[in-house]
Amino acid sequence: MTAKLQITALSKTFGTGARRVEALHEIDLSLADNEFVSLVGTSGCGKSTLLSIVAGLQEFDRGELLVDGAPVMGPGLDRGVVFQTYTLLPWLTARQNVEFALKAAGLKRAQCREVAMEHLELVKLAKFADAYPSQLSGGMQQRVAIARALSYRPKMLLMDEPFGALDALTRHQMQELLTRIWEEHRLTVLFVTHDVEEAVYMSDRIVVMSIAPGRIKTTFHVGLARPRHQDMFSTREFIDLQREVIRTIREETMKAQAA
Amino acid sequence: MTAPIRRRRRLFRIGARIGRAGFIAIAASVFLILVAAWAAATGAGFIGPLFLPSPAAVWLRMVSLAANGTLWQDAGVSLYRILVGFLLASVMAIPIGVVIGSYRLWEAAIEPLTDFIRYMPVVAFVPLTILWSGTGDAQKFLIIWIGTFFQQVLLIQDNVKRVPADFIGLGRTLGLRDGKILVKIVVPCALPGIWDTLRISLGWAWTWVVVAELVAATSGLGYRITVSQRYFQTDTIIGYILFLGVLGLITDQAMKAAERLLFRYGARQNA
Repeated sequence: MTAKLQITALSKTFGTGARRVEALHEIDLSLADNEFVSLVGTSGCGKSTLLSIVAGLQEFDRGELLVDGAPVMGPGLDRGVVFQTYTLLPWLTARQNVEFALKAAGLKRAQCREVAMEHLELVKLAKFADAYPSQLSGGMQQRVAIARALSYRPKMLLMDEPFGALDALTRHQMQELLTRIWEEHRLTVLFVTHDVEEAVYMSDRIVVMSIAPGRIKTTFHVGLARPRHQDMFSTREFIDLQREVIRTIREETMKAQAA
Repeated sequence: MTAPIRRRRRLFRIGARIGRAGFIAIAASVFLILVAAWAAATGAGFIGPLFLPSPAAVWLRMVSLAANGTLWQDAGVSLYRILVGFLLASVMAIPIGVVIGSYRLWEAAIEPLTDFIRYMPVVAFVPLTILWSGTGDAQKFLIIWIGTFFQQVLLIQDNVKRVPADFIGLGRTLGLRDGKILVKIVVPCALPGIWDTLRISLGWAWTWVVVAELVAATSGLGYRITVSQRYFQTDTIIGYILFLGVLGLITDQAMKAAERLLFRYGARQNA
């Protein structure tokens, strides 16, 4: 079986001449079907750039990028994206925001409403279907954004620090919600985060990136049983892995500071 | 014992709240104080009525001009000119502003040129526009257009540039083509800002119409001011200037009210 996402020797540079910076160097990464993979690394390591390239929002210089064996030619409905910033359109209600995506995906008008409500239900926001984004908290807005990205059934979900702007308590609730949804419905997820606890809790695999140029340093398999719950945060296994990942990232940070 | 002092100081602290009633009371008092000072200065005979007539004289003059219809006729003509000139400028500026705010190529082609023209003083175009289009309504439209269009283009470009990049990224990931992204995401997102731009530029349109009417016209509020100067009717001049201020205030408030109605979803009210 071919991998859902196959990245081979992918490189990306910014700028030209003396200001030329290699952001990503020979990245090899593949995600199996229904695998949840987190990208972590010190800031500036290119993890968000890599996600953006997979989304088709940025070009790359060399290498290969395949989804289901077919080369990526730009952004598309086969890859749902949840951005770090709140991207609900402010003039549409929560439901209309989901319907906006469904209409773009070519669903019939009559179906849109039903499918939108179904997905708002999934993120437990059916009650707020007619609320405008300005009436929703940051956490609620991201839940609608997740519902929107899932609603049109993409092959994979790309998430760029989706909970990065939320307070700790809300972030934990969101992690739990997303884990519940993922464990029930299964989907290939590429998840960028700087929160190691979050990565350990949610992922099947954690990919640590190194800096300048950005490349893949190590991969950790997360052996924690599923379904996961937040009581695991204090288990030996969880803490050991979290420490090990943090240590690996810190090495990179030190190296970047020394350079 | 120190409580009242502390309380009074609090009103003068940065960001101190005064309430809606307090705000209206302070704003109204400033108007009243100025009118009272004006009445006192003219009533005591410090200033000759030729230079500054009393508030009562101005009021009476305006009432008589309103009664015989002159005021409404003048206002109607000026309002019509503003409406046409301003709509013409806005209808052209919105699409151009949206395009140069979204495409670097068109920005390079149009923005520097617009910036250059916008620094040319509008009043300097008055003789030229008379030469081109006579002294009729067309010349008034042209002056209003020159005075507002170029500014609007740049302000709308800025409104459009404030659309978050991730909104456009979202449109792309939903498989929308650029044209659709402009119509379905960029324009609706920038619309509250564009509306604000229109409201502000409408204020300038009031200035430009009077400028045009002062120089060469046979009707309108500006024309009446020039004629009144010839006959030393200072009361009419001052009355008309104040009336222009009131008209500006009314159109501004109307635009603001429409904004609250149109963009009810906005974060601005909720923030």
